[in-house]
Amino acid sequence: MPTLVVLFLVAGWPLLRTLWFSFTDTSLSDLKGGQFVGVDNFFYLFEDSTWRQSFKNTVIFAAISVSLETIFGLIIALVLNAHFKGRGWLRTAVLIPWAIPTIISAKMWGWILHDVYGVLNEILIFCHIIKEPLAWTASPKLAMVSVVLVDVWKTTPFMALLLLAGLQLLPQECFEAARVDGIHPLRVFWRVTLPLLKPAITVAVIFRSLDALRIFDLIYVLTSGSVETVSMSVYARQQLFDFQSVGIGSAAATLLFFIISLATLGFLMTGGLKQDK
Amino acid sequence: MGKKGLTFLIIGILLGLCGYFFFFKSSIKTTEDENLIHITCGMVGLEYKTCQEGVALWEKKTGKKAKVIPAPNGSNERLTLFQQHLAAGSDNIDIYQVDVVWPGLLVKHLEDLKNYIPSETLREYFPQLIENNTVSGALVAMPWFVQVGFLYYRKDLLEKYHRPVPQTWEELEETAKIIQEEESKLGHSIWGYVFQGKAYEGLTCNALEWINSHKNGGTIVEASGHVSLNNPAAVGIVNRISSWIGTITPEGVLNYEQEDCRGVFQSGKAIFMRNWPYAWPLLNSSDSPVAGKIGIMPLPKGGKDGQNTGVLGGWNLSLSKYSKHKKDAADLIQFLTSFEELKRRSQAGGYFPPMEKLYKDKDVLSSNPLMKIMNDVLHHASLRPSRQTRSKYSQVSAAFWNAVHSVLSKKMTAEKSFEGAEKKMNFLSKHGTTWS
Repeated sequence: MPTLVVLFLVAGWPLLRTLWFSFTDTSLSDLKGGQFVGVDNFFYLFEDSTWRQSFKNTVIFAAISVSLETIFGLIIALVLNAHFKGRGWLRTAVLIPWAIPTIISAKMWGWILHDVYGVLNEILIFCHIIKEPLAWTASPKLAMVSVVLVDVWKTTPFMALLLLAGLQLLPQECFEAARVDGIHPLRVFWRVTLPLLKPAITVAVIFRSLDALRIFDLIYVLTSGSVETVSMSVYARQQLFDFQSVGIGSAAATLLFFIISLATLGFLMTGGLKQDK
Repeated sequence: MGKKGLTFLIIGILLGLCGYFFFFKSSIKTTEDENLIHITCGMVGLEYKTCQEGVALWEKKTGKKAKVIPAPNGSNERLTLFQQHLAAGSDNIDIYQVDVVWPGLLVKHLEDLKNYIPSETLREYFPQLIENNTVSGALVAMPWFVQVGFLYYRKDLLEKYHRPVPQTWEELEETAKIIQEEESKLGHSIWGYVFQGKAYEGLTCNALEWINSHKNGGTIVEASGHVSLNNPAAVGIVNRISSWIGTITPEGVLNYEQEDCRGVFQSGKAIFMRNWPYAWPLLNSSDSPVAGKIGIMPLPKGGKDGQNTGVLGGWNLSLSKYSKHKKDAADLIQFLTSFEELKRRSQAGGYFPPMEKLYKDKDVLSSNPLMKIMNDVLHHASLRPSRQTRSKYSQVSAAFWNAVHSVLSKKMTAEKSFEGAEKKMNFLSKHGTTWS
């Protein structure tokens, strides 16, 4: 019972308050002065091209970055699963990008990607891959690429860790049987490892997708302000604090909450169906 | 292992609780000290130190106590924090350090300082600032220090190629192109002009300077509330600057704030830079590669009949309506903005005072060589339209910077982009009639 009360106080109350604000025209300068406006705020969002862009950006970002993270994560997990000297050290080292706080890694990448004094352009020009320095975080075409790049760099270790845990739980008998029969390792991977690992991959992908849908800090630090990369969370924050529209900002936050809930439901249903087969 | 782990866990929890109570208790203690005045101060460069010294002088003079609370550096973050305090009617902070564009936004929560400070004292400050800080007849903030956008240039390169300092934007473009071309023949890659082009408040300042340096460019929203953004002068100059991106200006400026510009300019990679005065001492510090090779001047005019201008930035001190010690707090504000204290601040920290008299003061002039050109620019400074647009200022500014940003990133022409932005501003204000 006390657990429920505490849970309600720390999670339920702010959630309900946000829900309530999303139906009012409350301004940040006067939190009590809001009038009930029904679903106007939600209509405003659907009509606002920036919000639609933020929705599109968030979905694209989540889809691409989670796919890449899964592929790279799987490769790294397979490598780390093999037996070799110094494996423990390597496992720890791989985790470093994930252990650095996002704010710091985003700032660090901001310098690496800087168009005039950034080290990435320097390296690429030195290797004759590009002729002119690229404006990684500024160019409308490259901004999203940079955000995905940094997110993949940062979160692949986490993915690898989840998948490695899955790999280590797999029954060794199957692999031994395959080895005795002299089956090609690639065939073993497609026919044995991957199907067995599927539940672990599903869980990892769900985890990461839900996380990616509410991306905020990386974009806020690396390319804040640019419409090309604005995510739904960044949009909500801008409405809430920069524009003082607590009503619209809360509506954006509420909508984000529902979109993530829907995604979770979708994942659970498709994921559950597959397991039944 | 299990036992050991448990012991560690318990020790951890106990330590956590100790920390919690320590902070909890210390915060209670400060609120219990009833006569303590709480003042917020920024922490950029020497800001915090100079502020603390000033407060200490007041404490010594009056025997009262005040506490300086550091505020976040980014002005957007600072505003967010202050708004949360003010919206909750909190009496934790008595004096807020507010930006020149905030009076219209925060007017509901701030005390009219005319009730505390005599009008003959007010006459000593720059009248534009007093006007800027007066909303609906109430003076809600006392000017504390000011800044204006400047043009920094590479003196050595201009001399090398016998180019005069540019008087207009056209001349700047021409000079930048010539020097860039000649230097690249020598194998030096250098850019012509860098500015704050990221989609944020800084771009509003930069673009307003381009527009308002033209004779009929206007100030986005005029004092009457009329939206004037979509005019030929404004469209022309923004299209022109957009054509610079990729030629004399790196595409990266689309994500540059002040410090990115300084990074490029200080490493010798740009001929011209628009920046605030804070960069001057840093660019001339002993470890700077461009020290001694640079000059500073007002921003160019827009055409021959234009004006040298610069957006007025700066910080003020405001008294919260929810303060429980209004009289003492007002006294502290008056002390911190007094002639002597402003003089001390401009000598100790290089802060430009908002007081005409000090620009003629010999001690101040000799300690800060920028004072003279600052005085000239201040008379033509551009005000952002924060007073007339009141609580809508941040939305107007965002609509403007987004419109300019999409022109600079070549997604659309200024004609089309400004038409859209003007529509949005007219929608916000019912065609410029009611800004609230």
